[in-house]
Amino acid sequence: MGVATGIYHTSYRADVALRHTRAEWVRLALVIVAVVAAPFVVAPYWLTVLNQIGIAVIGAIGLNILIGFTGQISLGQGGFLAVGAYTAGLLTAKSGVPFPLDLVAAVLVTAGVGALFGLPALRLKGLYLAIATLASQQIILWVVTHWDAVTGGRDSLVVPPATLFGLQLSGDETFYWVILFFAAVAALCATNLFRTGLGRAFVAIRDQDIAAEVIGVDLFRYKVLAFAISSGFAGLAGALSAHYYMIVTWERFTLDVSILYLAMIIVGGLGSVSGAIYGAAFMIAVPAWIEELSRNLSSLAFLQPDMPAIQQLIFGLTIILFLVFEPRGLSRIWERVKDYFRLWPFRY
Amino acid sequence: METFIQLTVNGLANGAILALAALGFVLIYKATGVLNFAQGEFLLIAAFVIWFFLVEIGLPWVVGVAVAVAVGVALGVVIERLILRPMVGEPVISVIMVTIGLAAVLAALVQIIWGTRPRAFPDFIPSDTIDLLGATVGVNRLWAIGIVAIALLAFTLFYTRSRDGVAMRAVADDQQAALAQGISVRRTFAFAWALAGVSAVFGGALVANLIGVSAGISSFGLLVFPVVILGGLDSVPGAVVGGAIIGLLTSYTGGYVGGGLETVIPYLALLAILMVKPYGLFGQVRIERV
Repeated sequence: MGVATGIYHTSYRADVALRHTRAEWVRLALVIVAVVAAPFVVAPYWLTVLNQIGIAVIGAIGLNILIGFTGQISLGQGGFLAVGAYTAGLLTAKSGVPFPLDLVAAVLVTAGVGALFGLPALRLKGLYLAIATLASQQIILWVVTHWDAVTGGRDSLVVPPATLFGLQLSGDETFYWVILFFAAVAALCATNLFRTGLGRAFVAIRDQDIAAEVIGVDLFRYKVLAFAISSGFAGLAGALSAHYYMIVTWERFTLDVSILYLAMIIVGGLGSVSGAIYGAAFMIAVPAWIEELSRNLSSLAFLQPDMPAIQQLIFGLTIILFLVFEPRGLSRIWERVKDYFRLWPFRY
Repeated sequence: METFIQLTVNGLANGAILALAALGFVLIYKATGVLNFAQGEFLLIAAFVIWFFLVEIGLPWVVGVAVAVAVGVALGVVIERLILRPMVGEPVISVIMVTIGLAAVLAALVQIIWGTRPRAFPDFIPSDTIDLLGATVGVNRLWAIGIVAIALLAFTLFYTRSRDGVAMRAVADDQQAALAQGISVRRTFAFAWALAGVSAVFGGALVANLIGVSAGISSFGLLVFPVVILGGLDSVPGAVVGGAIIGLLTSYTGGYVGGGLETVIPYLALLAILMVKPYGLFGQVRIERV
């Protein structure tokens, strides 16, 4: 039990391993058991919530790669989700492209659009970049709502159910496995990204972009790549949402959605893949839980008419309280909890 | 030609209102380096507070506005103390998000207290129209231009002539050097937010007079971003020029091109100008050293 004094590695391979201790493997096993068992034990309402969380996890991981790891602020995640959703939806509904292929197309198209709108990042920083990405969000949404010939404008686009090997992928239970698969792949890809030179170049840009350039990181290439990769994740999330809801409407991709995704990575923890997962789960599950609570408890019925405002109030307070009291989010809280038990009965 | 004059006058008048709202952003940014995403909600809450004291309670004009200004000052100071002071030294994204969270809280509070029903704002500016160079223009628009001119003059005098204004510029430039000169940075921050509260009261009254007292006021905060960024975040003349450019561009696009393009043209212009001038037209260029 040499755990309490630290973890020592004797080879580089061991040092870069994703999991170091037996406790970490046990926790991973528990998580796998929980997500596999979930669709069999939870109520139907919570299964839809889980599916929404799974889609949000993919988008939040993508946004965290851009903001948390590369330090480029983006208020445009909603727009990129829209590009992914409309690409997949249109390819399925109008061209009949089979299911996994349209996801690939959506990821590639969204990555391209993301790279295009990432170009201002070469000259802009901080607040100016934030507003430039806000502009890209508004421009993408405007194109979606006004390009009547292709997107159908403000009307919603109906997507036929996806099929894979003759199996129809519709309904919460079937789609849970699809979303789970892609969310797991996304998490694994993102985690591995930061064990490569590419990921480390991103982190170098975040910490000090001029210094990064001095040590040989090509800012042009890596900033555009960061936008492309992050948008690729958003494209996947958008495409999955198109197939899951079987309908695509512009209202699901407004600036509010971009802000929701920002809130996820703030609450979960900037610069942490697991943080993006915790944040997505928290920001989707808490409103769903409040809604269920207010529906089931008759003593809270008087709150019902004000429910949207109360949800908004809680949303805002969550962001403010996390930023004031724990700016590093849920992932930091979880680390502290782990440390407490690891060192118990000592304080440090 | 007549259409052109009409569009120009309309554009300038809309630009004046945008510029007035943009001044609130610039005020906060110049002193504290915070881009306040809750500015639209500031306007919203201010409009409802004035409406509440004047119409609901029925206070006389002077008293009602004085009380609203007091509320604005209190709101600004409380928000600075509780929410923004802990954000000093945090990354830009945190500061942006905390004001976005604040915006959600303020909008929700307004909705919980006053509901979603739009209210009529008492007319304090005549709403009839007059002929100007052959173009019809609302008197309230001309008032907006006039008020912006006065506000601009007041801002410029404040920043160059008054002790507090100079202190604010010093704090914005270098907090440590300002502290060494005996300027209280905390007091200056609180003062800037109190001023922002006051400017929101007047801006809110003006906007509410044009579009009524409803949640739609808060979307005004979003419209103003292209204006502030275009002119440069820390430039008062930039806010005015940016307002005029965006106002005219929107007006001409709406009049000559149409098709809803006018709602997105400010953002296209913004991206185009930022690609050439990354700190806006008049913004201070920051030189970075490693």
